[in-house]
Amino acid sequence: MTDKTRPGEHNPIARRNFLLGAGTAVAASAAPSGAAQAQQPAAASSAAPAPEPDQFVTLTAPEAAFIVAAVDTLIPADELSPSGSECGVAVFIDRQLGSAWGGGAKTYRGGPFHKGKPEQGYQLSLTPREFFAAGITAANAWTRQTYGRDFDLLPAAERVQALTAMEDGKAEFRDFNSRAFFNQLLAITMQGFFADPIYGGNRNKVAWKMIGFPGLPAVYADKIDAYRDKRYVAEPQSIADFS
Amino acid sequence: MTTRLKEVDAVMVGMGWTGAILARELTKAGVNVVGLERGADRQPAEEFTLTRLRDELRYVVRLELMQDNSIDTITFRNTPDELALPIRRFGAFLPGEGVGGTGIHWGALHWRFLPTDFRVRTVLSDKYGAKAIPETMTIQDWPFSYDEVESYYDRFDKLCGVSGQAGNLRGRIVPGGNSFEGPRSDDYPNKPIKAGVAPTMFAEAAKSLGYHPFPLPVATSSAPYTNPEGITLGRCEYCGHCNRTACEANAKASPNVNVLPVLRTDSKFELRTRVFVTKLLYDKQAKRVTGVLYTDMKTGDEYEQPAGLVVLSSYVFGNTQQLLLAGIGEPYDPKTGKGVVGKNCCYQFEAGGEAFFEGREFNPFMGAPGMSTAIDDFNGENFDHSGLGFFGGGYFVCSNGGAPPIGGRATPRGSPRWGAGWKQATVKWYRCNTRFNTQGSVYAHRDNYMDLDPTYKDALGRPLIRMTYNGTDNDHAMSRYLVGKLEGIIRAMHPTHYEVHYRPKNFTIVPYQSTHNTGGTMTGSDPKTSVVNRYLQAWDAHNLFVQGASVFPQQHGYNPTGTVGALAYWSAKAITEQYLKSPGPLVHA
Repeated sequence: MTDKTRPGEHNPIARRNFLLGAGTAVAASAAPSGAAQAQQPAAASSAAPAPEPDQFVTLTAPEAAFIVAAVDTLIPADELSPSGSECGVAVFIDRQLGSAWGGGAKTYRGGPFHKGKPEQGYQLSLTPREFFAAGITAANAWTRQTYGRDFDLLPAAERVQALTAMEDGKAEFRDFNSRAFFNQLLAITMQGFFADPIYGGNRNKVAWKMIGFPGLPAVYADKIDAYRDKRYVAEPQSIADFS
Repeated sequence: MTTRLKEVDAVMVGMGWTGAILARELTKAGVNVVGLERGADRQPAEEFTLTRLRDELRYVVRLELMQDNSIDTITFRNTPDELALPIRRFGAFLPGEGVGGTGIHWGALHWRFLPTDFRVRTVLSDKYGAKAIPETMTIQDWPFSYDEVESYYDRFDKLCGVSGQAGNLRGRIVPGGNSFEGPRSDDYPNKPIKAGVAPTMFAEAAKSLGYHPFPLPVATSSAPYTNPEGITLGRCEYCGHCNRTACEANAKASPNVNVLPVLRTDSKFELRTRVFVTKLLYDKQAKRVTGVLYTDMKTGDEYEQPAGLVVLSSYVFGNTQQLLLAGIGEPYDPKTGKGVVGKNCCYQFEAGGEAFFEGREFNPFMGAPGMSTAIDDFNGENFDHSGLGFFGGGYFVCSNGGAPPIGGRATPRGSPRWGAGWKQATVKWYRCNTRFNTQGSVYAHRDNYMDLDPTYKDALGRPLIRMTYNGTDNDHAMSRYLVGKLEGIIRAMHPTHYEVHYRPKNFTIVPYQSTHNTGGTMTGSDPKTSVVNRYLQAWDAHNLFVQGASVFPQQHGYNPTGTVGALAYWSAKAITEQYLKSPGPLVHA
């Protein structure tokens, strides 16, 4: 369904165009087909029009570059699905961090703040948006120190290596908990990949198709016996399909 | 400036299950009731609808129906010598907010406690000797028996349209049901939900080992059903979205669907939402409450609402906090063991496992908690504890509650969490894995309690509840034993892979475990060792009745809501048939 040849390689031109596009939205949308676009594979169907470049409203350009590189490493393009950013996961993260949740809604933020122990859960004053900003800054500082470049400029193999080090808590960020950052990054990436497409990720319901989740409306009372130990397959439907 | 309102007959502090039931029973008895709810109104016709509910991100991940922790939370520490810190966002447990409370988003697992659970200290002392109970284990008998409250369990079953298979009908053991349950005066209102593929395999494996499997009882209607309030429920559609959301089919029981429609049309009932009750007004001399103080969150205005009767019907934390703030009852002191308010803070001690069956097709998105199968062979005193080194137990369940894609995926331990390998494992195992749970009891411990936090305050300036809580040696030993037995059943199912997991040594506030907090205002027969009497009437304020799981002396190996609902009816009957005729203490100490 998708090609396996998508380069995840070091591509400074793509990055420069990306940063330019994100910083100058009008110019970017007027002229979407820079080198980055040229690198895009024809997505699920070759008949589909070339996708519009993603526009970010919350993340800064360097943050967006990090997130795109990260979600494409966590969810690489292969025969099972396009890459994370092609599925809209970076846009999802951008919108979520700009949402009420991203701003710390429904969270107790009264002081005093103490570090606490792991059993006491999250004890920072940072909102999710602030947490990701700090985490991305720390992660890029660490990759510059370790690999000589920002995370998004690393070749695919080193991105994998860097994220693995964060996951294992072995990446020693100067002033941030790398494992906690990785866990939040992975969690929001999976949310974006699997949530209803109305939130910007899971474009074309690719993640639901991948695992065989039928989506809405989920009315199965009459199907339990008929599909006992037999696979039930349905074209997934999402919220927008009923709107 | 505080505005003093006209006195009303009764106020409910909180409009979840117990507030709704008490309001209904009191208005039926001619009492004018004001229901006070700090959250939003939640109308099924507006909110429990498709496509809205089929949104895992909004409901399950971002916790749409849960308490707003920016306004109110609790603080937590494992042991009395640690610094408690605020739970900044609830995780291990998820109390609801708004009309319907936690009764909207529950999984609707609907149980009764065992007859022996109600006499737990006596039963253990008789069987194993009083010395066998550790000194730190502050368990107590309930002040009533299973037989006394059975008919109230039955009423709540019928209100909810519970689906299940009776195992003990008036003393007659019925094949296929839970043979360990106490005698039921009547069958379940609805037939069981159909079991899923994996739960059916679990039942066969359990049976082969000599255990007694049965369909999990759930407050989800397996067929259209009209409850005694005249409200018609829909049938369960096996949508796989029960937990943390509402039910658009009106099959899963909630206060909003099963009681409130009749209350809302009753002129004796008035609902006020977005009003935050900050304090019970207590006349210590007269041993009664005179009303409540609340802030209208929509205007910022403060009101005093005088009331002849106050029903405390919020969650465990809110109930305990209100008594401590008002100075009703003696606060518990773990150093001396004296005092009662905040004592015996308990929870559910769960563990479990997962199993993976290559090539099977479970269609896991077709789900309903009632598709699950349970055994009760290792709960309470259903098995002999001689020489085991612990007391208590729990039921086991093989779950089939649905597998929404963000949270409902499992891969065998050691699988990659991301990357191409993760995708392959996810695709391979999503459709053919199943989960198991051991729903362990928590027998109270001297050091597990609630009091007022000395530092942290809620948005209205009140001290937060401080929960000091940890798993005990007894809990861990109990749970290890249960998991060992569970593992035997899983092996007999012949999975491709399986794993079991135990609780970490310390209780931790993430990840989610259960919203089964109990204790703090426990019921008993002696005011020195309990906060409320057998009718849930406060010993120190005769016109104050405290509802919900805060009255549990300890938590047994079952979900609490069945008992919470039964006790609401039990308490309501005492109020309407005894208290209203002759206001005063219903039990003389």
